[in-house]
Amino acid sequence: MQYPALGTRGVSVGTGTAMALILRRELTLSLRRPDQLLQPLVFFLIVTTLFPLGLSPELALLRAMAPGILWVAALLASLLAMEGLFKSDADDGTLEQLALSGQSLGGIVIAKTFAHWLVSGAALVLVSPLVATALAIPLEAFPTMMLSLALGTLTLSWLGAIGAGLTVGLRRGSVLLSLIVLPLAMPLLIFGANATDRAIGGDDASGGLYFLAALCVFTCTLAPLAATAALRITLE
Amino acid sequence: MWTWFYRLASPPYVYRLAAAFAPWLLGLAVLAMLYGLIDGLVFAPPDYQQGDAFRMAYVHVPAATVSVMAYTLMAVASGIGLIWRIKVGHAVAAAAAPIGASFTVLTLVTGSLWGRPMWGTYWAWDPRLTSELILLFLYFGVMSLRAAFEDPTRGDRAAALLAVVGFVDVPIIHFSVQWWNSLHQGATVLKFAKPSMAPVMLWPLLAMLLGFTLFFGAVLCMRLRGEVLNRERQANWVREAVKA
Repeated sequence: MQYPALGTRGVSVGTGTAMALILRRELTLSLRRPDQLLQPLVFFLIVTTLFPLGLSPELALLRAMAPGILWVAALLASLLAMEGLFKSDADDGTLEQLALSGQSLGGIVIAKTFAHWLVSGAALVLVSPLVATALAIPLEAFPTMMLSLALGTLTLSWLGAIGAGLTVGLRRGSVLLSLIVLPLAMPLLIFGANATDRAIGGDDASGGLYFLAALCVFTCTLAPLAATAALRITLE
Repeated sequence: MWTWFYRLASPPYVYRLAAAFAPWLLGLAVLAMLYGLIDGLVFAPPDYQQGDAFRMAYVHVPAATVSVMAYTLMAVASGIGLIWRIKVGHAVAAAAAPIGASFTVLTLVTGSLWGRPMWGTYWAWDPRLTSELILLFLYFGVMSLRAAFEDPTRGDRAAALLAVVGFVDVPIIHFSVQWWNSLHQGATVLKFAKPSMAPVMLWPLLAMLLGFTLFFGAVLCMRLRGEVLNRERQANWVREAVKA
């Protein structure tokens, strides 16, 4: 897809406009390749199917394990999607052109990561009730579960942006990406699964949700800096 | 008055400095560890609850301390290398990472050997054990990221960034792991409150702490010399240093 001139001679646009343009481009591109959009979601469904087969089909047992299963599957699925954040743009040189466009690279990274979260993380949140039903999570717990997943996947997208920025130039980057990002993402799993667990039990889940929200604000503030620095290192 | 500080950025100076420091650090480390081991293993009385098994602390606790200290040092050196583009900073970080990872493994191994008689199991999902394990994963991430780049400069900078990001995340991981356990259920069997130690047990422990730290410093100096030599292998001073 053709870029409108972002910073070429004569025509230059502000950072906000550039970010909006990139957001629109990313969304258009992913809607044109629906298979890439669907793959992580299908992966999410398949992984959650593995657990009842491996553990037990008993619903009471599954309900007790559901928060962990749901969250581990969601983390893995988001991570799988993460690899594509900068990959195709780096392969065809778009990323270098963006970096050279004179626009703030930080703004570009923010727009790209947010667009990526919309088509991966937010989509995952929308699919999660399906999985939750299969794992016998009661209906009352759905709002908490979806909110925690939304906060968690957004945070993970930012951690993943750092990892993807660091590994974008590498040939075997995907395993390394998991090795880098998963240890950093463990607090998400702890608080997310805890909030979901309490919601299933009918308890007050606000503690875990507040922690997730705090982590989300923290990463949204600092991670763009780190992700931009990571991209600069691999692009320079 | 700051010139000594600036000289630390010069590879040949650091190479010579590390050579001068290494034997002293190693000698003092051996002395401190000899005293700590003999006093701790032979003369300190057995613990009234744990018996002789508590003596594992004389290796376990210093190793755990050094594993965290090494990560801190690696992150600070990485930050220096990243911000001021000082090559020696990256060399220090690259030299510290495998040592820190080894101490982390040592902590986990001694911890599980200690856990067997005390807790009845080699591994328990205790918060401290878990965060130590995650620390090991962080070390692995930094080391394999550095190794994954063909261009060493890029690998250095990428690993340095990851080390700094990990350093910011370490307290978050540590506390969330602690809360994770307290959220699930209170520690019952595995309660492991920090004991107030009798001085006769404490002195050897402090000596071991000092000894392990000095030993880390000595190994760091040795590895740093190797790193600097390898990184500067095209430089003239290396040729002269190797010939001499």
